[in-house]
Amino acid sequence: MQRRSFIKATAMTIALATAGFATMTASAADTIKVGVLHSLSGTMAISETVLKDTVLMAIDEINAKGGLLGKKLEPVVVDPASNWPLFAEKARQLISNDKVAVTFGCWTSVSRKSVLPVFEELNSLLFYPVQYEGEELSKNVFYTGAAPNQQAIPAVEYLMSKDGGSAKRFVLLGTDYVYPRTTNKILRSFLHSKGVTDDDIMEEYTPFGHSDYQTIIAKIKKFSSEGKKTAVVSTINGDSNVPYYKELGNQGLKATDVPVVAFSVGEEELRGVDAKPLVGHLAAWNYFMSIKNPTNDAFIKKWSAYAKAHNIPGHKDKPLTNDPMEATYIGVNMWAQAVTKAKSTDTDKVIAAMAGQTFKAPGGFTSTMDAKNHHLHKPVFIGEIKADGQFKVVWKTPGPIKAQPWSPYIPEDKGKKDEPEKK
Amino acid sequence: MNKTLIERIFGPKAWAALAVFAAITLILVPILNLAVPESSVFHMPTYWVTLIAKIMCYAIVALAMDLVWGYTGILSLGHGIFFALGGYAMGMYLMRAIGHDGNYQSDLPDFMVFLNWKTLPWYWEGTQHFLWALLLVILVPGLLALIFGFFAFRSRIKGVYFSIITQALTFATMLLFFRNETGFGGNNGFTDFKRILGYHITSPITRVVLFVLTAAFLIGFLLLARYIVTSKLGRVLAAIRDAETRVMFSGYNPLPYKLFIWVMSAVICAIAGALFVPQVGIINPSEMSPANSIEIAIWVAVGGRGSLIGPLIGAGLINGVKSWFTMAFPEYWLFFLGLIFVLVTLYLPRGVLGEARALLQKRGERP
Amino acid sequence: MTSSRTSSRSRLASQIIHSALFLLILCAAPLALAKPSPALILKLAAGDNDAKVEALNAIAGSADPEALPLLQALGNDALKVVDGKQVLIVDGDKVTDAVTGATLPALPENAEDVVTNNRVTLALQDAFAALDLTSPDRKTRFEAVKKLQDAPDEAIVPLLDKAQKIEKDPQILDMLRMTQAAAQLHNKDKAVRMAAIETLGTSDDAAMKQLLAGLLDKDGDKFKEPDESVRLAAQNGINAISSRLRRGEWLGSIFTGISLGSILLLAALGLAITYGLMGVINMAHGELIMIGAYATYVTQNVIHAHFPGLIEFYPLFALPVAFLTSGLIGVLMERLVIKHLYGRPLETLLATWGISLILIQTVRTFFGAQNVLVENPQWLSGGIQVMSNLILPWNRLAIILFAALVVIGMTLILTKTRLGLFVRAVTQNRQMASCVGVATPRIDTVAFGLGAGIAGLAGCALSQVTNVGPDLGQGYIVDSFMVVVLGGVGQLSGTIYAALGLGILNKFLEGWAGAVLAKIAVLVFIIVFIQKRPQGLFAIKGRFVDA
Repeated sequence: MQRRSFIKATAMTIALATAGFATMTASAADTIKVGVLHSLSGTMAISETVLKDTVLMAIDEINAKGGLLGKKLEPVVVDPASNWPLFAEKARQLISNDKVAVTFGCWTSVSRKSVLPVFEELNSLLFYPVQYEGEELSKNVFYTGAAPNQQAIPAVEYLMSKDGGSAKRFVLLGTDYVYPRTTNKILRSFLHSKGVTDDDIMEEYTPFGHSDYQTIIAKIKKFSSEGKKTAVVSTINGDSNVPYYKELGNQGLKATDVPVVAFSVGEEELRGVDAKPLVGHLAAWNYFMSIKNPTNDAFIKKWSAYAKAHNIPGHKDKPLTNDPMEATYIGVNMWAQAVTKAKSTDTDKVIAAMAGQTFKAPGGFTSTMDAKNHHLHKPVFIGEIKADGQFKVVWKTPGPIKAQPWSPYIPEDKGKKDEPEKK
Repeated sequence: MNKTLIERIFGPKAWAALAVFAAITLILVPILNLAVPESSVFHMPTYWVTLIAKIMCYAIVALAMDLVWGYTGILSLGHGIFFALGGYAMGMYLMRAIGHDGNYQSDLPDFMVFLNWKTLPWYWEGTQHFLWALLLVILVPGLLALIFGFFAFRSRIKGVYFSIITQALTFATMLLFFRNETGFGGNNGFTDFKRILGYHITSPITRVVLFVLTAAFLIGFLLLARYIVTSKLGRVLAAIRDAETRVMFSGYNPLPYKLFIWVMSAVICAIAGALFVPQVGIINPSEMSPANSIEIAIWVAVGGRGSLIGPLIGAGLINGVKSWFTMAFPEYWLFFLGLIFVLVTLYLPRGVLGEARALLQKRGERP
Repeated sequence: MTSSRTSSRSRLASQIIHSALFLLILCAAPLALAKPSPALILKLAAGDNDAKVEALNAIAGSADPEALPLLQALGNDALKVVDGKQVLIVDGDKVTDAVTGATLPALPENAEDVVTNNRVTLALQDAFAALDLTSPDRKTRFEAVKKLQDAPDEAIVPLLDKAQKIEKDPQILDMLRMTQAAAQLHNKDKAVRMAAIETLGTSDDAAMKQLLAGLLDKDGDKFKEPDESVRLAAQNGINAISSRLRRGEWLGSIFTGISLGSILLLAALGLAITYGLMGVINMAHGELIMIGAYATYVTQNVIHAHFPGLIEFYPLFALPVAFLTSGLIGVLMERLVIKHLYGRPLETLLATWGISLILIQTVRTFFGAQNVLVENPQWLSGGIQVMSNLILPWNRLAIILFAALVVIGMTLILTKTRLGLFVRAVTQNRQMASCVGVATPRIDTVAFGLGAGIAGLAGCALSQVTNVGPDLGQGYIVDSFMVVVLGGVGQLSGTIYAALGLGILNKFLEGWAGAVLAKIAVLVFIIVFIQKRPQGLFAIKGRFVDA
């Protein structure tokens, strides 16, 4: 029987493979396909799901205006399930099977690193919408989130200013992965340049999904009681923020005593926290939902209507927008503009057309795609948490800032060219 | 019992099927991928080559799992660790092979430059040599399995206690590898490989060679496993699975048997990991997450444990379905996958293969 | 002991009103009142933060009752500015011009918020803290002294003197003495300094230690404090405080350990029944916890919408809801799937893994992938301050108590009820129990439902300390299994010891080696421990060879 079943098995495998071939060759309509590569399940679904919907909303909007080059956009949504090898597989599938013209996706650095070789090999385009650690510049990627100098450094400068409470001691607290590590490395070097010594810097890391912050908070309290005005710079990753902030509130660490500035906490993360004890703690982003201007009002209205129409759980009752959503929205629109300008979806032509694209962003400024380095020029805002989970902007840069993917505070980056290597 | 070795391992039809499988994977796929032009209907896209290669790697893991679980009754919920360690050993070589082409044009891998490390840690010594890396692929997981297995089996840890400590082992190692100070690239692990043995890693030829290698290893391990389970050793293993105490009463010491198959299984897993990494292009600690290891057990259970082909089918089926579902029903695929698990256990308690076999047997009994 | 609940924006506002009233009583009569000048108001509203703080001090210093609504509005984010010229106060629908006092029909379109950041907030608080010292409300006084402790200044000594004379509360009195001593640390008179140091030496506050350490600092070659005997006294004081602080830290570690242990215990208890007693490897256990947390969320929303008066006590209503929801799902799981799999424990692993995927995705579909907001009610927010460096948060205390209650309840059910008797009988020998007439299938269902319900209770408790999202359960499943196995399968008491032991071990290691290494060390400990005790902490003693 073993033999027979083996024959059957082989036959089945072959049948499956042929079925796959068939589905692959079947589709070839007159649309421009757009890949959406965000995790809809697994640990990152919590952050990424809403970005998928943002892409779909922006595509709907473009289609309502008649599409691009006379064709409609057709989104191809896949679920890489927070599984990094699966990201690479899905990227290859989108590019070579579905023949997408562009892909919007990824959140974590590791997912981006996982798909990067695929995009380079097949010469396709990825738009990456999340703030990240820099130290990377690929010809095939456009980074619409912030580089460290567009978020971390201005935030720490603010903490050191009189308005930020003239902090002299810093706790660099993060989840143990590459973004916090890199950011903290840059910050440490930046703080050194400002005369802060290593004695006045405490660096702490927690594992992924850490949910018990009692000991860490006790350490922060001890550290802050030992000297001058202390501030916490938090690069704690998404999910751990809720228990962290809950503990912070219960342990009575107030923003007026020890302010915490966070780089991964936005409107969406605060949805799950009672913000009342956190009033006054800070976040640095390139966009806040609370920013008042007509573009942002329109953006929020559009999102609310979209969420209601598509019955998006959570957002249909309480629509929220945040920085990565804005970055996604800018990305889709800029890509559309570049395609129109290039009159083609060809990767190289679109890359050329992307340089210098501008878009009036909901953040209230006109964001410009740098002519060379594939990053956006973005304004930086610092907001204090309000009791309703929104942010009150207390500081902003006068205008957009150019990204420095290669940080001047990292010695190895010296002499790095501010544009992708030609291959 | 006078069968020849060839007869003992498989019957003629199974041999034929195996030959067909070998012909497809070793000859047909390479030709369809490389020689047939892309425009042709018969061209095999690279996507399929990488996907099938990935699934074959998983199939090897399922096979290794089946040896310990299906044939010896040791349920490991931490087999991902061996797979990952094999992958990391290969990844170390691949990282070194990047040479000066990294971001910082340094002798050291990028992530080390980044952590301000000036010299390679001792355990990276020699990893620039492919052969040493290959040795590591086998030695590190093998030794870990040997030590862990020796103590665990000597203490006669059984059943779920064993399962849980294997889970603890893989979980602890995952956390260790997540740490940047450990020296394996932290959460990002190893990516951005450039070449292997001087060949460009993304070139079609390299890819097909790796594919063929994976298929060859799969076939080789299948034969090896079959050889083991049909040997006397295999009978002792089955006896241990069914009644370990009675085996002991009969004068056998189960320790060396269990240890042998356990280490063997770990090494097979590690080799699968080493094949996986250059083809998928990334190795990182999440491969060691307990959930991944549980999934391995599930492939085996779905396919039907206690037969060697079953787990292969299980691994292929679950991963194939996953690849398809995440594309076809990105929002609902977990429902389907979950439902499949529930239905398989309820209605196909012997696994897909076991049930198929039972069905065939019934039909065969009819006059 | 007193509670120091975190102050919210609204409390700040009430404080301001409060202190401002006092301001009135104190100063109204003698002072000639002058309305804050339009220039000053404009400076407050439209100036940069330097100007704001300056204007704030000027207005507060003038003790002008007319400025009250203005400052209130500033504290409440209700101050608006139009074109940098006109300053408006918004109170509900009412809009008043801060300068003229005229009422406007509506808020102009181009009105902008006057933004107060932490610094301005701090200045607002400081401006009033001194006056709060004589407030009749104990909590206000307490907060005021705390505030003053942050920046002791010799100028406030007379004020502190006065406050000490009328203060009755011993704790606040003590704090006042400390503050006064801190303020007098740099007094010209050596005797005063020595007395101050002696007072500070009895403190258990790290801030006081820091102040004393300041005396030992060198200014170039010379010590800031010229007198050696004073320096010696300061050093002694520092040592005394340090030893007290260490005690606080140590107690803190134990408390956090117990707290973590109680959470592990709650998470594992349900599993101890379903797995430990019944042998079902329930991989969906974490999801049952998650469902309990979502049940809490739904209860909170329902109560918020329909019985807003009871919102403070919603966790009490949520407990039975969580128990029943998870329990019901558990019963369904048992009836539909697990029933068919008894005696095949490994198959239950596969099926329940499938169920867990389905449950996660169901929740994701209905509630969204993002976290949902479960608020701590007031009585579970904040904590009680035992020592200056040791606050015991209410929610954690409540969870420890709750875990104890659940353990007691479960023990009672298992040992004192007929059901418990049957469950134990089935656990020990299924066939025999069946022979003597125990309806084993029904017992299985009820016991599984009970285990699932307790998982739901755990979810309700966890919602108070951690995030509530579809992945909530995934984080606890591995830990739960470790606890149950370490304790010994089939042993409730083992589970309790294992949970508390792991919690305390983890927290002590964390303080010493960091969170990541601590977790690794605990896992390695489990592996090594099982080698010594292959059947867990408390093995069931019996004569069977193959369990």
